[in-house]
Amino acid sequence: MTRLSTKHLLGIKDITVDDIELIFSTAENFKEVINRPIKKVPSLRDITIANLFFENSTRTKLSFELAEKRLSADVINFSASGSSVKKGETLIDTVNNILAMKVDMVVMRHANPGAALFLSKHVDAKIINAGDGAHEHPTQALLDAFSIREKLGSLKGKKVAIIGDILHSRVALSNILCMKKLGAEVMVCGPTTLMPKHISELGVEVEFDLRKALEWCDVANMLRIQLERQEIKYFPTLREYTMQYGLDKKLLDSLNKKILILHPGPINRGVEITSDVADSDQSIILEQVENGVAVRMAVLYLLAGRSEN
Amino acid sequence: MSPSPRIILDEKQLDIIIHRLCRQLIETHYQFQNSVIIGLQPRGVYLARRIHKQLSEITGNKHIPYGDLDVTFYRDDFRKRDLVPNKTNIDFIIEDKNVVLIDDVLFTGRTIRAGLDAMMAFGRPADVELVVLIDRRFSRNLPIQAKYIGRTIDSVASEKVKVDWKETESEDRVWLLTND
Repeated sequence: MTRLSTKHLLGIKDITVDDIELIFSTAENFKEVINRPIKKVPSLRDITIANLFFENSTRTKLSFELAEKRLSADVINFSASGSSVKKGETLIDTVNNILAMKVDMVVMRHANPGAALFLSKHVDAKIINAGDGAHEHPTQALLDAFSIREKLGSLKGKKVAIIGDILHSRVALSNILCMKKLGAEVMVCGPTTLMPKHISELGVEVEFDLRKALEWCDVANMLRIQLERQEIKYFPTLREYTMQYGLDKKLLDSLNKKILILHPGPINRGVEITSDVADSDQSIILEQVENGVAVRMAVLYLLAGRSEN
Repeated sequence: MSPSPRIILDEKQLDIIIHRLCRQLIETHYQFQNSVIIGLQPRGVYLARRIHKQLSEITGNKHIPYGDLDVTFYRDDFRKRDLVPNKTNIDFIIEDKNVVLIDDVLFTGRTIRAGLDAMMAFGRPADVELVVLIDRRFSRNLPIQAKYIGRTIDSVASEKVKVDWKETESEDRVWLLTND
């Protein structure tokens, strides 16, 4: 296996286990690169990448930009605020105008599910989905799985609980697909109002009791409550949510095993997890961030380097 | 025409050559106090590890720094073919060191060019010398020559030199293969 089976990275749904393994082994090499005295390699020096963020992002945008720069790509950034999008330009027009400036790859975040797929059908560039609405966020799932694998050796047979706002989370869907492809068992846990209907059809277990989920799992991925996406009230108060689904040190220590704690960030300290949990030795939140750069370098490298013959 | 594939070096000859290369290196580097050895991935590392081991035995210096270097991210034929990287494992800085760079076959010189670039991520060496087992004469694309050469051979571009190692192919030997 020397190349990805796909031209774009639109979602975990579209890639194979071999693709994931190839991304991981390449990411291990890049992790070594970013720990060198000189952290830059010239691989993508003739590639121009546009980061199109139609929706706010700090971590993902920084991580992609750093990954691109470490690979020596030329980078242009675009954010929807202060652009012609506000003047009514369509997505295809915006992107085609950017591509007319000879851009080879597009990293896009958009509020609409399927925006990346739509773009891949209409423009001639390699597309990486950096989050499309509540649909997928493939690089996040890859870096989560990579980080777990680094700690536990393999995902096979491991139990991963995804806890919190499943309904509004693109991280949840990508994570479920990715972990299952790698052989893990997956459970989702959250309030009934934040649990999508028919989610068990994805082959996941559904649990509404946080303690039971924690006792079951080897790894807990704590999702952020996405208040900005909630047009209506899904739970009475934030305080009540925290009482029911917030993870604190007392609860963590009362488990009869040490589980790994992941969080895709940004953390709402004191809501879904308390500070002492986020900063504990069971938390690998900062490793996730470091691995994020390496995994994104691998994805960019493999897609850009994919020979067409 | 000689039959293909043809063995151009067998285990005994290889052993003699590696021994000779070590002696030549000692002539320049003496005790290797300020020298480091770097093997190029994927196939140069087997030769480099052998040389490193023999040098440690002959000089008695058990602390000669050794590293594996992968050049994939520095290659110029990226996008012409799919390239899978290997491990780089260099846990020292080469600043002001005398670097002995080792590969199995010197052909177009492009791998070595990439290797020189890749190496610079670990510092600015005092000087760099190249050791190769097989030098395919008259086939260079770049002005790169080895200082220490195991065997020089004349070959045409359609031919291929394959080096087998005990570690990977269960026997030490060098093949000349004709593609037809």
